[in-house]
Amino acid sequence: MENRPLEYDYTVAKMFMLTTVLLGFVGMLIGVILAFELAFPSINTVLGEGLAEYTNFSRLRPLHTDAVIFGFTLSGIFATWYYVGQRVLKVSMAESGFLMFIGKLHFWLYLVGVVAVVVSLFMGITTSKEYAEFEWPIDIAIVVVWVLFGISMFGLIGMRREKSLYISVWYYIATFLGIAMLYLFNNMEVPTMLAASPAGETGFGAWYHSVSMYAGTNDALVQWWYGHNAVAFGFTVPIVAMIYYFLPKESGQAIYSYKLSLLSFWGLMFVYLWAGGHHLLYSTVPDWMQTMGSIFSVVLILPSWGSAINMLLTMKGEWQQVAASPLIKFMVLGSTFYMFSTLEGPIQAIKSVNAIAHFTDWIVGHVHDGVLGWVGFMIMAALYHMAPRVFKREIYSKKLMASQFWMQTLGVVLYFTSMWIAGITQGMMWRAHDEFGNLAYSFIDTVTVLHPYYTIRGVGGLLYLIGFVMFAYNIYKTMTAGRKVEESELQNASPMGA
Amino acid sequence: MDIAQLQAYGYFALTVFLTLALYGYIYHLYSKKKDSDGHDYEEYSNMALHDDISDTPVNAISDDKEK
Repeated sequence: MENRPLEYDYTVAKMFMLTTVLLGFVGMLIGVILAFELAFPSINTVLGEGLAEYTNFSRLRPLHTDAVIFGFTLSGIFATWYYVGQRVLKVSMAESGFLMFIGKLHFWLYLVGVVAVVVSLFMGITTSKEYAEFEWPIDIAIVVVWVLFGISMFGLIGMRREKSLYISVWYYIATFLGIAMLYLFNNMEVPTMLAASPAGETGFGAWYHSVSMYAGTNDALVQWWYGHNAVAFGFTVPIVAMIYYFLPKESGQAIYSYKLSLLSFWGLMFVYLWAGGHHLLYSTVPDWMQTMGSIFSVVLILPSWGSAINMLLTMKGEWQQVAASPLIKFMVLGSTFYMFSTLEGPIQAIKSVNAIAHFTDWIVGHVHDGVLGWVGFMIMAALYHMAPRVFKREIYSKKLMASQFWMQTLGVVLYFTSMWIAGITQGMMWRAHDEFGNLAYSFIDTVTVLHPYYTIRGVGGLLYLIGFVMFAYNIYKTMTAGRKVEESELQNASPMGA
Repeated sequence: MDIAQLQAYGYFALTVFLTLALYGYIYHLYSKKKDSDGHDYEEYSNMALHDDISDTPVNAISDDKEK
């Protein structure tokens, strides 16, 4: 073997970059279809009555959420881990054949899992638990994928040259441990083939069917402990890991306060796990638990803003970079949207506000300003930063990236403003009553009023999707046609073509 | 004292303990400024800024194994 200097090996990172782009497109496309189905119900049967089963809202909805959470975001997390992990630990995947094998296995099994999920959800096979729709055989496959991710992560940490773990690595570890715990507990289920009725009948349902091990209020509690912390450990913790690496690296600025990053980390870990109860306000869950969910949600502003402000202050004295680089724009606006949605969430978790907000479109708006504005922007920014380094080519077009930024920003703003208006209108109309306590409106009255806002939401989503296609094209052209660059051009700001 | 009361006291005590632990940690970070290896915490930002495989680690895992 020739004696070449040691280099980072981005093979696995590249594989996951591909699924990030692919599954991001699929998830967002389905999202846009769903948005227009809500505005124009006839789209539910757009492929004819015969295929309505596969095109209606209820069949597609879990495909949208799961493709975005477990497809786009998770792929983004894996892609950035296999990139950032090596760099901050100063160890190359090429140094360990074992870890390279595990990394590739991790990718291919993940892909098998994705196919199983897409097929089973399209067929309508589901546990009916939100964000946990997969039946038990898929759950087991996902656990195996997750264990492989863990072996990769701790394997790389085990052979590191840098003794201290960079703050992003803390966040990646928390992602691994958090999701492992949540996923296992929420998906405890009993296959129906093991069940028996009092009369002695057995063999209920198909072999892949199952029922949750929890029932009633307990099931709801576990489900929302999981559901909210999927947001915590899927949409927050790993995305914070990304911004703590990519923003300082791209801007060439040291983190404003490394100490603040450490205590924000522990603050977030301490507080987040208790906030899930806010999904069950005014339900059969014990009152003290609802109050606890509300209070912890409000306290959660502190560690969230600790990280977000830390990132904005990292740009102190360097704001000209925000004007000059669309890549920095994505991250700074991402951080701003993070502050925005972590203020909005606690407000919605206050009991009196929740009385209006619960079950309305305002909640949908909240999720999307967080996911489109923070998660989506940050993952795309991470991939833009990684692309020149893994392909050794400059980013194909800065202009295209800037146009994409403005188009998607407009899309997010249209999305959340329309959902605010729709949500509060809904909440007020549902509550309105006359002096005898009779409801002032029926459900269909709200539907009629909301129609324009649903259309605006669809347009906002469509703008974001078009922006994502521009992103995919830019990444593809970077990979195939970008100008070749030398290592010396890759220190901080990413090289970009016109 | 019934179990619910015990739980309530236990919950309160745990909250106080965790709050003290968190504030104690903040006090520790800002008063000591350096970790047990003698590195100023702020130096660790360089792990991202100087992350080429040939860069010198901020805190090398073993001084005799690597440069």
